[in-house]
Amino acid sequence: MASMRKVERHQARTAYLFITPTVLLFVVFTIIPVVMALYLSFTNYDVLSRNDWIGLDNYRRLAHDDLLWKTFRNVFLYSLIFVPLNILISLLLGLLLSRAWRGVKLFRTFYYLPTLTSAVAAATVWIWLLHPEFGLINGLLSYVGITGPAWLSETRTAMLSIVLLTLWQSVGSNMIIYLAGLQGVPDYLYESARLDGANKMDCFRYITWPQLRPTTFLVSTMAIIGALQLFDQAFVLTQGGPANVTKTPVYLIYQQGFNQLQMGYASAQAFVLAMAILVFSLINMRISKAEESVI
Amino acid sequence: MGVTGGSALKRGINKSIYYIVCIVIAVAMFLPFYWSVLTSLKPDEEIFAMPIQWFPKHLTFDHYRKAFSTVPFALFFWNSLVLAVSGVLANLFFGSLSGYAFAKLKFRLNKPVFRVLLAAMMIPGIVTMIPTVYVMRHIPFAGGNDLFGSGGNGLMNSFWGIILPGASGTFAVFFMRQFFLTLPSDMLEMARIEGCGEFKIFWRIYLPLTKPALATLSIFTFQAGWNSFLWPMIVLNDPDKATIQMGLQAFSYNFQTDYGPMMAGALVAILPILVLFLALQRYFVQGIAFSGIKG
Repeated sequence: MASMRKVERHQARTAYLFITPTVLLFVVFTIIPVVMALYLSFTNYDVLSRNDWIGLDNYRRLAHDDLLWKTFRNVFLYSLIFVPLNILISLLLGLLLSRAWRGVKLFRTFYYLPTLTSAVAAATVWIWLLHPEFGLINGLLSYVGITGPAWLSETRTAMLSIVLLTLWQSVGSNMIIYLAGLQGVPDYLYESARLDGANKMDCFRYITWPQLRPTTFLVSTMAIIGALQLFDQAFVLTQGGPANVTKTPVYLIYQQGFNQLQMGYASAQAFVLAMAILVFSLINMRISKAEESVI
Repeated sequence: MGVTGGSALKRGINKSIYYIVCIVIAVAMFLPFYWSVLTSLKPDEEIFAMPIQWFPKHLTFDHYRKAFSTVPFALFFWNSLVLAVSGVLANLFFGSLSGYAFAKLKFRLNKPVFRVLLAAMMIPGIVTMIPTVYVMRHIPFAGGNDLFGSGGNGLMNSFWGIILPGASGTFAVFFMRQFFLTLPSDMLEMARIEGCGEFKIFWRIYLPLTKPALATLSIFTFQAGWNSFLWPMIVLNDPDKATIQMGLQAFSYNFQTDYGPMMAGALVAILPILVLFLALQRYFVQGIAFSGIKG
């Protein structure tokens, strides 16, 4: 019995040794920064001078920061279009490629390819695709007699361009997650439903969609969290323009913190964004658990 | 979901429609790639020819030459490679080490520590970004700092500033833990009775069994390292340390009218991941499915 305990003690010591590097890095680069971020948001830290405690001044200031709220509006608008379309398209692609027919694996690879590209490389390619005169998109539109807009420089279409790019880049990976989810739906459900005379629509509505609820929750949560933190694509594709319509909160925080060195104020902004992300994730959790389906 | 309907003709038509839809989507997803390859290989006068020239009449590699000669693209490529490969090696080692501990070893803080790690995945990156810069700047004994972390630049403008924060990502730990959980524990008991050391059990017996998981994790972490943009842009100021994403961004920003070299640059930035993906593809899709289901 005594040796048993000794073995267990030895095992625990080994385990702590094994997780030490991870925990150490986690403390230094996550725990300490989160605590500090909260502290900094109550100071006027600007790298150069000493930072002083200024209480709620930063938070009072951001209440009247029109540009900040504009960036929030931009990113909400973006999410409102991007998230549902993302779920809908990746679910449809997942359904389409869930059968074990010949060539399906090749199609999966093709649909997945855009996911591999970096935001910067993809945006660089799309700058050219969306070129008003010589771009592919307007070139294709001209085949059907439509004169396409100057996508990136018109306030109407700039955000839409970013939606197009990010959809192209993200539906592939979510399709794979849906494919995994579809594999988890037991076959006997469909078989018994068919015996009861259910058609394909019924099967989808009463079996597939409810069974995929955890998957949809995962996909939508990740999509919302990612969408509210939009930066790379907006930075490369439009530089936040025209007229700030594609400027996002992360973009603003980056500029405020690292270009203008107002790091205390930028920290306060970051906290407001984090709260927004938390709130929307919670709302999403409520909706996903609700009886009625979302879409 | 099989194909309903009786006659062979109807089945044939259904199948044709299915493949046509799949091919149309595949073409749409692939078109941006084709278009940029095309642009990168066409001489300028063909790039700006209307209507679109779907096949180049003359091939030229001048754009690639120009991309590499006007900016130090080869250096950027090398920098990114060093950073991405270090990230992969660190994550594979530390991630599997602590993943193994959380999955296979008994210790009192197992569940609580793992829960905290998981919860931290929800914290948006932007919140920790500003204080992490502060932490980086004040790491003791680094970059000319003294014991109390002042006097020098710390890890700012150093590759360590990119490698360390991501060296043992929560995702890597979580992912490896899930995989170790699927492996039986009796080999562990047996090796212990034989008097095998704990690290040796992990290194010699269990780690070799996780090759598919390690392959998947390599692609994920390589992709993340290679594609990351905002954090390297903040940490690295020295132009000689710039990554390929930073280089590409600056390059496309300055050369907006020179689309040939721009597309060549974008393709070079995508290529390594594409090659890696195609080489390890069979692990990859499995791996995503795996992490998706268990998420």
